[in-house]
Amino acid sequence: MEEKQIEEKETNRNVEVAPALIAVHPNQNSVAVAIGSDLRVYDLLGDCAVSLSDDSSPPFHKDSIRAIRYGANGKLFVSAGDDKVVKIWSAESWKCISAVCSEKRVSAVAISNDGQHVCFADKFGVVWVVDLRDINGNQAVVDKKAAPLLAHYCSIITSLEFSPDGQFIISADRDFKIRVTVFPKGPLDGAHEIQSFCLGHTEFVSCLDFVCTVDYPQGYLVSGSGDSTVRLWDIISGSLLDTCEVGAKAGHLEFDGSDEGYFTVTDLCTIPNSTLVAVAIQSLQGIVLLNCDISAQTLSVAKVVSIKGENFVPTNLGSSSSSGLLWMVTGAANLPRFDHPSASRVKVISGFKKSSPEAVEANVLEDDDIPGGVKLLEKLQGSTSVEEKVFVTVAEAVKTAMCNLLIKKQYSVEKREFRKSTRNDKKIKQ
Amino acid sequence: MLEQETNPTISKSTGLPRKRFYRARAHSNPLSDSHFPVPISPSHVDYSLHYPHFFPSADQVNCSKKIQFADIGCGFGGLLISLSTLFPEVLMIGMELRDKVTEYVKERILALRVSNPGQYQNVSVVRTNSMKYIPNYFEKGQLTKMFFLFPDPHFKEKNHRRRVISPHLLDEYAYVLGVGGIIYTITDVEELGDWMRSCLENHPMFEALTKEELEADPVVKLLSSATEEGQKVARNGGQTFQAVFRRTVPTS
Repeated sequence: MEEKQIEEKETNRNVEVAPALIAVHPNQNSVAVAIGSDLRVYDLLGDCAVSLSDDSSPPFHKDSIRAIRYGANGKLFVSAGDDKVVKIWSAESWKCISAVCSEKRVSAVAISNDGQHVCFADKFGVVWVVDLRDINGNQAVVDKKAAPLLAHYCSIITSLEFSPDGQFIISADRDFKIRVTVFPKGPLDGAHEIQSFCLGHTEFVSCLDFVCTVDYPQGYLVSGSGDSTVRLWDIISGSLLDTCEVGAKAGHLEFDGSDEGYFTVTDLCTIPNSTLVAVAIQSLQGIVLLNCDISAQTLSVAKVVSIKGENFVPTNLGSSSSSGLLWMVTGAANLPRFDHPSASRVKVISGFKKSSPEAVEANVLEDDDIPGGVKLLEKLQGSTSVEEKVFVTVAEAVKTAMCNLLIKKQYSVEKREFRKSTRNDKKIKQ
Repeated sequence: MLEQETNPTISKSTGLPRKRFYRARAHSNPLSDSHFPVPISPSHVDYSLHYPHFFPSADQVNCSKKIQFADIGCGFGGLLISLSTLFPEVLMIGMELRDKVTEYVKERILALRVSNPGQYQNVSVVRTNSMKYIPNYFEKGQLTKMFFLFPDPHFKEKNHRRRVISPHLLDEYAYVLGVGGIIYTITDVEELGDWMRSCLENHPMFEALTKEELEADPVVKLLSSATEEGQKVARNGGQTFQAVFRRTVPTS
């Protein structure tokens, strides 16, 4: 039994596989992909690859990037991850405006809607806030300090999101919780007023987004989880409005043949100006499109868009409010026992019709039809042709990494009893 | 009854469980992953299991009555037992992380219910990590009193985040406490007493009770006298440090 325990510890110490991330500028001026410690940006306005500039020399991150995001007004870009540095970039000049040190590894980032505050969450459950109001122009500001905003008790925060009206900050964690906190006027003093908890998921919460329409600008929160559901919430009361078993739906369709009972939702992304939500699910080659009926407060599967002829299980999704395109990336860095330490592939889906959500048309674009075309792919993927077989490994590695990180270890009763057997309180004196 | 007489863990004279059969470690790591069942949300808490007298069947919806007092880290349950008869109509629950101690309190309550028919029906205990799962048990503003009596001091600075009263956890306590609800803390460790007081003083949603209010509150007297830990301190002639604060509406 002891041998088994040692074995387990060793697998835990494996190098952590980092899934590829994608972010799209709100006006689709540029697209960013993070793979491992590498941050790649393509400028769609100038139709050229962007070279980032920073006081330090590349790579600008020393370890895997875990979160990237554009600000709502498109002026800022934030990247952060395992190297415990949060870099705030100008999304125009691509200069690093500020680098903020974190005590712990960073797991999620968010930018307030007015662009005045950057929030980031660390792996110990603390959300920090950085005030950007004294940053003017493109001047680099060093020694920015982050102030603690709120905390989930020592639980990895998986996702951070501001509500569309900017009134609340929503944080999700691996302990099944979604917390809705009032974002105060002076956030540097902390956010103490909790509006609600959205409770109902039965596994870690992996991703958050808001579905908004012109008629309902405050929007509804949607969340994806390891329990293979996507849920719809009213954040004011914290009440669960609807649950959509996307795993069950995806399970009947196409997946890579693994026989596991459920399908973790890895990411979700709302299609702007529509009530559609794109959902990436582990093992599904493609995405599931959900439609949110705002008046009935329901979520239902509108369509499954499968990607034919390629092993493409998206690891991250992105969209811009102007274009109506859904950008997807698959890939991972730090792949164990593999020639290529990292690999990534970008794809785009177009043609979401706003008028008739029931009959959604969605087409996976050919490489040449993607904005920026082959040049963009060359930059974001690192090369235009990526070996097919790699992505089977990628999907598998990402799945294992996510399980190791977010799912609680289960021990059998015997093993637990064995571990306790040397405890003093277990020896009953007669 | 027959079964109880043959059970050596139950005292023959009082019918109560004997503490020496429930010996446990004094400390438990609140950061470790928990593997006990946790209700998905407050509406999933099975009241009929805890308070069968008030909720005879599980399917009977009785929304009017909810738990109002929570003793966080209730230990061997001394305070709960005293409060039970003082507030017989108020539902109260003890939360304890150590499984054996929870087991003891459970047995103690059951035994008291048997020996005092009609009494102690309003108290119960649950094994949980209150630092992680408070929102799973209580709705917003549901509680009127919360107790933190003789919590683990966690002296090392590295372990301060394990303290049950901390600036960030107070946000959660403020969430489950209704406006006007009272948080009671007491410790025999001066350093921890200062820490708890300063956390509460610096929080925008709590204010200290005045001297008059403290004297008028019958519960304050129980803090040092009702719990096993408090009695131990009194026996040894130790000093205690209290901090009693009221939940207020944030000023902004």
